[in-house]
Amino acid sequence: MQKLLNWIDDRFPLTALWKSQVSEYYAPKNFNFWYYFGSLALFVLVMQIVTGIFLTMNYKPDAAKAFESIEYIMRDVSGGWLIRYMHSTGASAFFIVVYLHMFRGLMYGSYRKPRELLWIVGCFIYLALMAEAFFGYLLPWGQMSYWGAQVIVNLFSTIPFIGEDLGVWIRGDYTISDVTLNRFFAFHVIAVPLVLLILVVVHLMALHEVGSNNPDGVEIKDKKDANGLPLDGIPFHPYYSVKDSVGVVFFLVVFSIVVFFVPDVGGYFIESNNFLPADPLKTPEHIAPVWYFTPYYAMLRAVPSFFAMQVWGVIVMGAAVVIFFFMPWLDHGAVKSIRYRGALYKTWLAIFVVCFLVLGYLGTVPVTVWGQFSGGWTELLDTKDKATWLARILTLVYFLFFILMPWYTARDKTKPVPERVT
Amino acid sequence: MKPRTPSIVAAYLAIILSVIAGAVLASEGARLMPSPSNRLDVESLQRGARNFTNYCLNCHSAQYMRYNRLTDLGLTEAQIKDNLMFGTAKIGETMKVAMTKSDAAAWFGAAPPDLSVEARVRGKDWLYSYFMAFYRDDKSVTGWNNLVFPNVAMPHVLWNLSGTQKLIEAEFDEREKAEAAELAAKGLALLEPVTGGKWVVKTLAQDTQGTLTPVQYKAFVADLVNYLEYIGEPARNERINFGIVVLIYLGVLFAFTYALKRAYWKDVH
Repeated sequence: MQKLLNWIDDRFPLTALWKSQVSEYYAPKNFNFWYYFGSLALFVLVMQIVTGIFLTMNYKPDAAKAFESIEYIMRDVSGGWLIRYMHSTGASAFFIVVYLHMFRGLMYGSYRKPRELLWIVGCFIYLALMAEAFFGYLLPWGQMSYWGAQVIVNLFSTIPFIGEDLGVWIRGDYTISDVTLNRFFAFHVIAVPLVLLILVVVHLMALHEVGSNNPDGVEIKDKKDANGLPLDGIPFHPYYSVKDSVGVVFFLVVFSIVVFFVPDVGGYFIESNNFLPADPLKTPEHIAPVWYFTPYYAMLRAVPSFFAMQVWGVIVMGAAVVIFFFMPWLDHGAVKSIRYRGALYKTWLAIFVVCFLVLGYLGTVPVTVWGQFSGGWTELLDTKDKATWLARILTLVYFLFFILMPWYTARDKTKPVPERVT
Repeated sequence: MKPRTPSIVAAYLAIILSVIAGAVLASEGARLMPSPSNRLDVESLQRGARNFTNYCLNCHSAQYMRYNRLTDLGLTEAQIKDNLMFGTAKIGETMKVAMTKSDAAAWFGAAPPDLSVEARVRGKDWLYSYFMAFYRDDKSVTGWNNLVFPNVAMPHVLWNLSGTQKLIEAEFDEREKAEAAELAAKGLALLEPVTGGKWVVKTLAQDTQGTLTPVQYKAFVADLVNYLEYIGEPARNERINFGIVVLIYLGVLFAFTYALKRAYWKDVH
């Protein structure tokens, strides 16, 4: 066995890679609950790829057969229902895990120097994930698949001058059709996953170059022992490999409860309208994207048109995602971790989370959900829907969290940071 | 400037509470009746299959549901052939109907939907209530109307089993009184605004008797809804049973992985 390993090591740096990336990669010893979600995201990615491969074996990317082939998988393919529910639940689980992973970054300042590139690569992963989810959602060819894709592609059509042509270019047709389904299938099963995998590898390489942050926001590389090893670091393997295994099994418990007992989660993971085959002639009364897009969808609907152009909502929605890229330079705080921040940052972060959640809720319901404002003064308003006005205020506050960040993080009364991790 | 965290927290709690309240108040349409169907009751599912093939499968297909899948319900292929198959279909084929979509649209105004996954679109309570909600309406084309699905194109196919119902409308000047009346009404009730700022509460009352008693008809519909839910996802019971085994396995695995982690982390301080 050792001879084989030597033979390989002479030709490929197998042992060296194992040591540098796993058994001698030193991670801070004080990771808490929030540090499970990175490895969980990787786990879900692998699960989506594996279940996706099996789904592809029986799915037919053809407008006349797609819906039927899903029902075929659900009924006639052995274990098909399990693979399909794992994949549909996995999509939502991916976003839950990634949102919590991002929130961890916001709490402990994981985007701060020297981890700016790590954060930016992560933001690209988030973008790729959104694209992956969007393309995948068309494939079941249900009513929500169809009309959701219609709404999103129409967003591009709002761009002045080139919009109409751009829409046709994306769809390959004048409406969402078989042509669109075929190309979305190609994007979903090969193009975007390839980009996603490369980005994840780059993300991990960048992480292992700069080293992990931790709940104290202290750099463990600053304090080393005589052998040059971080005093507060422990090798990723076996310490974090066994700890993350506990996380994975716990995740699987929660995941299985959904997959086996409530796979559609009351219409949030699988929308009930998506059990109706796509019908280009029948627009559903209420079109809502799946929950992970609804905060941005609520923003999109809330932004009014100016100068007879609809494009502003699209710009706001795009900006709401892109603004995450600038976090490393927006934060002027003296400390990284929320443990040593003052009340200002804590309050703003709490407000931001509430904004995101309430916008997420508003994106799932019709704008008429709370009725209209009444009275003479309402003649001045462009819309009387109460929910739209709340969404507008929340959108504003969402952006203020970022725009005012240089100001409030610099003014914040921080606590002293310890020398070593606690 | 000192941030006033408590007041901000209170303000946001208020928003969240109003969101929840809004979601509750936002539910529209008729108040539904809960379906008493039981997914584990195999006899009910068998009766439901009989009801479906006798009363529904002439107009409505279930084109993703194979006849021989009904062996799930404890039936043999011979029993299925003799009792549930009336056309020329083979046992391994799906439940299709002879009527074409264009003919159906011409005859009924709308093609009867395929019922394979209808229960997953509507939910069992909606379906149960729908079958309870037909009433005589001379103004409609079919002579029937439905409280849960107003102006539905489908006539009341089960009318000689259920008998007929008539619509009872009570008008109120204030919304509060109408809501109170809606709450007080047993079974199905629909609250609607009418012209002049008034409110009307619509309920149903038995008019003529059918061949089944109301209790028997409810059981008949419960069986049918049970079956519709079953064909919406034939693997459902298997999924739930398998899930219990998986969770027990994961529970044991969790105990082992946790013990392993504890053992390795003993020397980390």
